[in-house]
Amino acid sequence: MTSTWEYAPAPESRDVVDLRSEYGLFIDGDFVEPHGGGTFKTVNPATEEVLAAVGEADAEDVDRAVAAARRAQTEVWGPMSDAERAKYLYRLARVIQERARELAVLETLDNGKPIKESRDVDVPTAAAHYFSYAGWADKLAHAGFGSDPQPLGVAGQIIPWNFPFLMAAWKVAPALATGNTCVLKPAETTPLSALLLAEILQQIDLPPGVVNIVTGAGGTGQALVEHPGLDKIAFTGSTSVGKQIQRALAGRPTKLTLELGGKAANVIFDDAALDQAVEGIVNGIFFNQGHVCCAGSRLLVQESVLEPVMDRLKRRLGTLRIGDPLDKNTDLGAINSAEQLARITELTDSGDAQGAQRWQPECQLPDRGYWFAPTVFTGVSQSHRIAREEIFGPVLSVLTFRTPDEAVTKANNTPYGLSAGVWTEKGSRILWTAERLRAGVVWANTFNRFDPTSPFGGYQESGFGREGGRHGLAPYLAT
Amino acid sequence: MTTAFTLPDVVTSDAALRRFLHGLPGVDQVGVQDRVAGLATRSIKRDAKLTALDLAISMTDLTTLEGADTPGKVRALCAKAVRPDPSDDSAPAAAAVCVYPDMVGVAAEHTAGTSVKVASVATAFPSGRASLDVKLADTKDAVAAGADEIDMVIDRGAFLAGRYGAVAEEIVATKEACGDAHLKVILETGELATLDNVRRASWLAILAGADFIKTSTGKIAPAATRPVVLVMLEAVRDAEALTQRRIGVKAAGGIRDAKESIRYLVLVNEIAGPEWLTPDLFRFGASSLLNDLLMQRDKQRTGAYAGPDYYTID
Repeated sequence: MTSTWEYAPAPESRDVVDLRSEYGLFIDGDFVEPHGGGTFKTVNPATEEVLAAVGEADAEDVDRAVAAARRAQTEVWGPMSDAERAKYLYRLARVIQERARELAVLETLDNGKPIKESRDVDVPTAAAHYFSYAGWADKLAHAGFGSDPQPLGVAGQIIPWNFPFLMAAWKVAPALATGNTCVLKPAETTPLSALLLAEILQQIDLPPGVVNIVTGAGGTGQALVEHPGLDKIAFTGSTSVGKQIQRALAGRPTKLTLELGGKAANVIFDDAALDQAVEGIVNGIFFNQGHVCCAGSRLLVQESVLEPVMDRLKRRLGTLRIGDPLDKNTDLGAINSAEQLARITELTDSGDAQGAQRWQPECQLPDRGYWFAPTVFTGVSQSHRIAREEIFGPVLSVLTFRTPDEAVTKANNTPYGLSAGVWTEKGSRILWTAERLRAGVVWANTFNRFDPTSPFGGYQESGFGREGGRHGLAPYLAT
Repeated sequence: MTTAFTLPDVVTSDAALRRFLHGLPGVDQVGVQDRVAGLATRSIKRDAKLTALDLAISMTDLTTLEGADTPGKVRALCAKAVRPDPSDDSAPAAAAVCVYPDMVGVAAEHTAGTSVKVASVATAFPSGRASLDVKLADTKDAVAAGADEIDMVIDRGAFLAGRYGAVAEEIVATKEACGDAHLKVILETGELATLDNVRRASWLAILAGADFIKTSTGKIAPAATRPVVLVMLEAVRDAEALTQRRIGVKAAGGIRDAKESIRYLVLVNEIAGPEWLTPDLFRFGASSLLNDLLMQRDKQRTGAYAGPDYYTID
């Protein structure tokens, strides 16, 4: 009997997606041509195939969108009863579930992430987020923000390209549940799932103007940030852009929440369940190609178990399946853009130059598209750039520690503070470590687990404000 | 013992054995369940599916372990194992038939000259509640009657009481009684309850000389589960690194359809490694599974399902 067993290709069908060649902006309930007539192309990063031309919104378009949002807020959405608003959110969540496959395939095409992740994580987690906030909509008076909390008004929301549809949910769901309306700007490399969201909003008869979607690059985002008609801005993205936004808002009454970068420590104590810890390391840094702000990019291993952990990790990485993101058996997909690939390449080169040891499993990368092999750096010091800077790619930096105190000191020695992981079979050590780690989320014996009821957000250069759960209502309420 | 791989300092005393087993890394149940759920989404299509179905047929220990077993029943089982699909001689034979010791002679007679092995449960199966002398006599009886493989049960009572040395001694003695017959050690994981126990019992059996570690008797629920088999596959994978010896794993009981068996093969492939994808190192203990494998095999080759009447009931 043969002992080779190759999994046959198992591609998810593209036919479920009705891709248009051109997309306009979604303003006041309709798709409209951009004022300046400008468009940009969005590509499939796994193949470099152009998927569609998308309208580029300028300041005039942003102004139209904000005006529509304001009108909708004061005339329709604000005065509407809480229970009625909840119904729209429930309907949205249900239609997302009904059209889940279409959304997953589109997300994978535009983003490059494996279909198993868009299908099993992005889309169901987004639906869960809308369901969860639908439940809050008529209970705001009991959420701890006073007996009659009021919406802020109109929110400008800028989201990143790593979880396009899910990040839209994180922004839109709490805004709508609290009676705000919004203008959403998706990332320029991944606008398509937000535009499908717009079609779904039409399908559920959401009143025009409640959600407006303006596509474009940095200029569109800047026009949105600079628009004086916004009551709130919510941004998820890089720390450098976050700082620009904060500077732009100085002296203005506009409220702000920022969810920025991270350089999370994943701390493996010597008494951890090693096989599951290795799974947690893999999930921590190779989930979504490492394009995760809370990725466990710094592995801190107790020195006494470094060897078994690295042996197991390397063996495990040899089984990762890299390639066609639409294949249901693919574990690691494409890097989202040429620009991001260049950044990963530059930072990993600095790892080599500064003396860390690079290891990659044997793997065949596709000829076309943007790809980067899963990479582990050992011999990393705190002073190396790859231990300090966010790489936002499938690159793990391995450091060691000797004592719990040293683990905490090293874990906290970063300007970021979004997430952290602790692996130990000892409950008391989990609590001891978690209360000392300076991170918005600490996962114990798991990693990258998201739940709509759990608040998420960072310390320091990872931003401020919380999204998710009851805490996620606060940034959208006048309290 | 005939094998040279043991870690003598580990199995010499109860205390040393305990230190070793309790020094193994823990198993996080939630993490194992996540991993198993993740691997269950592997999509096995076309050629890969056909390969898997044939592999699963060739790994099946076709089993009858009933008080009502008769020579006639065992004869029928043997015929099925030798030629599972009467209408298609390209279908592989099963790995073995698995019977009670008093049926070994019948099974040996009707599988003689074929690739199908005779496996016999022994050691006061399924409870194992008898003296060591009785267990060894049971084993020798089955071997003398022609068993190629012995499926013994461990003393779960002793294991749960922490008397690891006693469990190990029985395995060592049974292995001796087996002579040339291969020894499969049934852990009865449904009674061990925790995955930490499954890992310890797996290592205990491996250190004491098992050729195979097997999940279950089939008489206790739950029988084989994928989380349990994942932990056992990790044990044989790690044991190879330590002892340079490959131990087999048998998932027995509760695996009834082809789809589920393919999920197990994915675990074998991705946890232990492709080297384990052979009947020499992985087995299914099953009865009704075989017909579903044959039916899915025909579907894969012809594009159509035949009705259940086209598959023999034995």
